[in-house]
Amino acid sequence: MKAIFKRELKSYFTGMMGYVFIAFVLLFLGIYTSALNLKYGYPGFEYVVNSSSFMFLIAVPVLTMRVFAEERKQSTDQLLYSLPVSVMDTVMGKYLAMVVLLAIPTAVVSLYPLLIGSFGPISYATAYSSIGAFFLMGCALIAIGMFMSSITENQIIAAVMCLGTLILCYLMTALSKLMTSTALASTISLMVVALLISLVVRLMTRSWMAAGLMAVVTFVPLVALYLISPTTMAGAFTNALGALAIFDRMTNFTNGIFDLTGIVYFVSVAALFCFFTVQAVEKRRWS
Amino acid sequence: MIEVKNLTKVYGDHVAVDHVSFTIDSGKIYGFLGPNGAGKTTTMNIITGCLAATEGTVTIDGHDIYEEPIAAKKCIGYLPEMPPLYQDMTVMDYLRFVAEAKGVESKKLSGEVERVMKQTDVGSMRLRLIKNLSKGYRQRIGLAQAILGDPKVIILDEPTVGLDPQQLIEIRELIRQLGRNRTVLLSSHIMQEISAVCDTLIIIANGKLVAEDTPENLEQQAEHEQTLKLSVHAGKEKTKDILAAFGDMVEIRSLKSVNNEETEVELGIQTEEDIREKLFYAFADVHCAILSMVREKQSLEDVFLALTGSGASDKPVGTAKEGGAA
Repeated sequence: MKAIFKRELKSYFTGMMGYVFIAFVLLFLGIYTSALNLKYGYPGFEYVVNSSSFMFLIAVPVLTMRVFAEERKQSTDQLLYSLPVSVMDTVMGKYLAMVVLLAIPTAVVSLYPLLIGSFGPISYATAYSSIGAFFLMGCALIAIGMFMSSITENQIIAAVMCLGTLILCYLMTALSKLMTSTALASTISLMVVALLISLVVRLMTRSWMAAGLMAVVTFVPLVALYLISPTTMAGAFTNALGALAIFDRMTNFTNGIFDLTGIVYFVSVAALFCFFTVQAVEKRRWS
Repeated sequence: MIEVKNLTKVYGDHVAVDHVSFTIDSGKIYGFLGPNGAGKTTTMNIITGCLAATEGTVTIDGHDIYEEPIAAKKCIGYLPEMPPLYQDMTVMDYLRFVAEAKGVESKKLSGEVERVMKQTDVGSMRLRLIKNLSKGYRQRIGLAQAILGDPKVIILDEPTVGLDPQQLIEIRELIRQLGRNRTVLLSSHIMQEISAVCDTLIIIANGKLVAEDTPENLEQQAEHEQTLKLSVHAGKEKTKDILAAFGDMVEIRSLKSVNNEETEVELGIQTEEDIREKLFYAFADVHCAILSMVREKQSLEDVFLALTGSGASDKPVGTAKEGGAA
């Protein structure tokens, strides 16, 4: 894993990628710092972190699009497969290299609250927990982007898929409000989603049996829950969608609440998508 | 060293490798031969763990490639068809990375990288970016990468593609050197190349194993089969009549009149006996002169073509093993 990690990190700095990424993140945070803190005099760095977090929508797809897609395109993935390194180590090596790349501008930004603090009292705890959440959210989004890159050999497609997913996550709270939250509507919406998942299962396994089983396993509890206690189903769909709104998890931190569930959430998303990436890379060997 | 049992790989409804089994002993150079699309690369990818088999097992030095992939892969150096090179790295950085990933100790790392650069003669390019190098150099860097860490088994997929004649000789010499104390498996669809360096040939066609033997044995098998080319001073029909007397011993493969007086005929001889003298008298008895008679032996190339089926229609050979040439 160490070799992969070192190679990846070095490759960011032999090309333009690493510098451009760091410059981009610093530029955005810099613009917001000068606007909010310096110009309008807001006494806290958390506002900056919260308002500029949308820059991940662009920075993450650009950073992650090449990570596995490029390997496949140049057939260097054969080298990785034939080296005595497990897929897990390969994925983690690459992922950690990107995390370190994100840590560099985060470390630079960590100096800003000190700067602002020298002009008057600010809440350092809020500022630094926000920066921490900003970093963790970035890690979670990078894992999503890495997964998108591992399922295609075209960088552009990887970038577009990642951008689409992140935009969807970004707008999720607003989107979920558009949905009606009656028990019946929620149940039907969830069933449609379950049906879609079953179809994906069918596509991936080419087995109607598995897809049917998946549909039954998801349908039965949904219908049962609706019949037994319709009140629990009311708003269930909007809640489920709300769980996908990664960007909203930042809000608690910027409001001065150290939200442990938020941290668990970010770490879980990162771990889940690293796991998916391992599976996607492994799967390619079996196709 | 390598034991391949019942290996099968199915893509959709296309069977790329069909129940192939063979064993590779240590300290020998094996040639893996077959026409394009025969399943060479697929088999090699499975042996090296780049691809999973649909059925069957691969064991390397006692380690199953699926059960203990890390231990098995430690024994292998692999050069795939396309050298897997990172374009934006220098030769030196690339080789150091591979050495590190292969678990070469940091103390020995520099020495090891120097050794393979010297062996493959890429030292003069050490600080160049790989994307700026020619095909021949890339191929050699790929080879350097494969022999890093001194693996027990070296697997090379068409290692001489893109090399100039001088490099070709050098690489062959290097492969011979490597084969002295290691196991080498190299693939090719060029017969001469493989017969020049290999101790044993494994021939596959259409995903099936058709022969596994030394080049000498395969050649010997072919010697039973000879072809005679005659040019006789007789008409087409008359020539046929004369040859009919030989019955099953000769098989007329082609017969064409050059003009009314002269006929060219190609005969497949189905017996081990030398029948040239008998042919001479048979024609002489009816006052037809044999203008020329040439005996042709089968070359290794013909054996290959016959076994793999690509030349079967015009050069049938009875040497294919059972269930062989398609």
